[in-house]
Amino acid sequence: MSNIDPVLLLSALIVVSTPILLAAIGELVVERAGVLNLGVEGMMITGAVCGFVVATASGSPWLGFAGAALGAAALSMVFGVLTQVFLSNQVATGLALTLFGLGLSALLGQGYIGVKGPSVPDLYLPLLRDIPVLGPVLFRHDIIVYLALGIVAGVAWFLNRSRAGRVLRAVGENHDAAHALGYKVVRVRLMAIAFGGACAGLGGAYLSLVRVPQWTEGMTAGAGWIALAIVVFASWRPGRLVLGAWLFGGTTALQLALQASGGVQIPIEYLQMAPYLATILVLVILRTGRAPGSLGRSFHASS
Amino acid sequence: MSEPLLKLDGLTKAYPGVVANADVSFEIAKGEVHALLGENGAGKSTLVKTIYGLVQPDRGEMRMNGAAFAPAEPRAARAAGVAMVFQHFSLFDALNVAENVALGMENPPPLGQLAQQIREVSRSYGLPLDPSRTVGDLSAGERQRVEIIRCLLQEPRLLIMDEPTSVLTPQEVEILFETLRKLRAEGVSILYISHKLEEIRALCDTATILRQGRVVGKCDPKTTAARDMAEQMVGATLSTPSRSLGATGEVVLELKGLSAPAPRAFGTALRDIDLELRAGEVLGIGGVAGNGQDELAMALSGEMATAPGMIRFKGREIGRLGVTARRRIGLLCAPEERMGHAAVPDMSLTENAMLTAGPREDLVRHGFLRWGRAKGYAEKVIETFDVRTPGAGTAARALSGGNLQKFVIGREILQRPEILVVNQPTWGVDAMAAATIRQALLDLAERGAAVIVISQDLDELMEISDRFAALNAGRLGAPRPAEGLGLHEIGMMLGGAHDMEPALGES
Repeated sequence: MSNIDPVLLLSALIVVSTPILLAAIGELVVERAGVLNLGVEGMMITGAVCGFVVATASGSPWLGFAGAALGAAALSMVFGVLTQVFLSNQVATGLALTLFGLGLSALLGQGYIGVKGPSVPDLYLPLLRDIPVLGPVLFRHDIIVYLALGIVAGVAWFLNRSRAGRVLRAVGENHDAAHALGYKVVRVRLMAIAFGGACAGLGGAYLSLVRVPQWTEGMTAGAGWIALAIVVFASWRPGRLVLGAWLFGGTTALQLALQASGGVQIPIEYLQMAPYLATILVLVILRTGRAPGSLGRSFHASS
Repeated sequence: MSEPLLKLDGLTKAYPGVVANADVSFEIAKGEVHALLGENGAGKSTLVKTIYGLVQPDRGEMRMNGAAFAPAEPRAARAAGVAMVFQHFSLFDALNVAENVALGMENPPPLGQLAQQIREVSRSYGLPLDPSRTVGDLSAGERQRVEIIRCLLQEPRLLIMDEPTSVLTPQEVEILFETLRKLRAEGVSILYISHKLEEIRALCDTATILRQGRVVGKCDPKTTAARDMAEQMVGATLSTPSRSLGATGEVVLELKGLSAPAPRAFGTALRDIDLELRAGEVLGIGGVAGNGQDELAMALSGEMATAPGMIRFKGREIGRLGVTARRRIGLLCAPEERMGHAAVPDMSLTENAMLTAGPREDLVRHGFLRWGRAKGYAEKVIETFDVRTPGAGTAARALSGGNLQKFVIGREILQRPEILVVNQPTWGVDAMAAATIRQALLDLAERGAAVIVISQDLDELMEISDRFAALNAGRLGAPRPAEGLGLHEIGMMLGGAHDMEPALGES
């Protein structure tokens, strides 16, 4: 145990939690609009492969991230059109989207297995990076880490302070009332779903371009499901979302460090389970808030 | 007489299989309260939705102040000065009052400023309201105030009110009427939709009566007898339910300190309810919506378990018994929501009959369904209660509200319950069906069963109850004999108007 460096551990926590945070903040917006999209995992892995392919083809990781966001948003629109226009069941469609995304990504990723992608540079923050402890933990990361936190702050502001955010919450809370007041329920939801897709795509690309960084089939390994769980854990509130992502990221980083140190004499499968168990445990123990009133219900403007 | 504010001319709207409005024409003058009267399904809702821009008419036109008026969406109607208070509130539980108001406005000011405006308007119209409270925690009367203030902030020329008093205590109704009269004095026109004739007589200047989508009459409600208006509305002569007062028997149901936490968010906890119910009596339980009615019904039906001794059936503790076990011993319940709670919409009437009548009518044997018997039972209900339907094979969803309600109540009554609990037995049901249902409940009591009627319709409760008790914030007041109870006393039993008196004094 003694050879685990707490500074490295905290620094790893930030990196490990970033993809989950991105996917979760997107899903949070989707659910606040009253839509339950269980396809996060599928959108993440599609983002991962799109990002990797575009980045290696263009040589630019930034174009890769843009491609990931676009690709996953396009995939989310399949879900959006099916559930919002054709009123298909959201749970079934979301599960199908995950399965479809896993298959599609495997197909797109053929020929990229084992290829090395372009590397993402750290954002060089002079002075800040040299602060002891805080510097390496907080200020020596790539720009996507800060972008993710920026998106969370932006979403928090959007939901609670802006008029458009208020409309989005209204649509998620009671879609019939929102419709009666003249708001375009389906349009608002489609935009939320596209945003959720784009965020999940960014999260996936962060895995394939920064964390791993290469393409392997099924590399998201359930991160999308954890993102879904964290949205509930956070009671649909952006601030708590960050805590949830850090909790999962922290336990993951810790178990990786424990594995590497070799100081713990238990099968590593137990260690690998730990982050998921910890997240589920906290989910069960914490009293969660109230879900948006119209969550998961189909809306049709009849009568 | 000056030009009318709004003139409807030959409005027609048809949906597949039903003509909602047929050639409807009338005028609303400036500064008048105009009543729109009609049964459920008479086309009132479609008509006001047309005026509010939610529905586009197939034919016909509207003119406002002489200019053509054809709102394509609510936004356009609001811009033209039309505001609407909905029957089922168009509010958002998880948002606060100010946010809810802002959502109904075209160009809302920043929330802080809006909160100030809400306070001002609520003061000047005697409608106290705290802008920072979460709407989910408000009473029905307070929720309605949110809707009204949302409308008033837009300085409307025409205010549409769709069944505004169905959820209010008598005191709250009086305060609402004061507000509406004040608005009328300021030159605002009000289109007031209701089927409560006494209210219309107290408030409105003119009335238009709709039946089956057509205008069947116009009258001055102040000079027309309520009965005449009712018969025009229904198109038939009405009879009031009757019963001979029988002696009540032994205590069959006893509640002792019945308490239970709220089963869901924004629900109401039951607090220390004591009650004795005797065979052969009808106990009416009133109260403003959301004061524990649903929770009490759930505790009695067995959907919500309580401590064993809190509920006793003929001395036996049944607090832990489930729904089916209670049915078996003779405690039956018909919940409020027809679609999805009392009946499964996509199942046939036979299947729906089987769902609750299985144990008592012997429709299930060794785990197998006895279709022949079930069909026979469904047909018996259909025949006895005059349910208008092609047959027992029809899906519940295909029945009109009144017919399905007759079916779900009849299904319980024919099982010869010892205790029957009904929640809102005639909610959204036409007057003829409502009269049938009330008569059936009285007949059941006369045959020796105990009946609990939970309802928000005070007229209904006064008509059929032997004793009346009020639910208020999850507490049940002591029952009092219904005969001779005045409206004011009932209002006080219901908890009166919520924090209303000081505001009244000011205005």
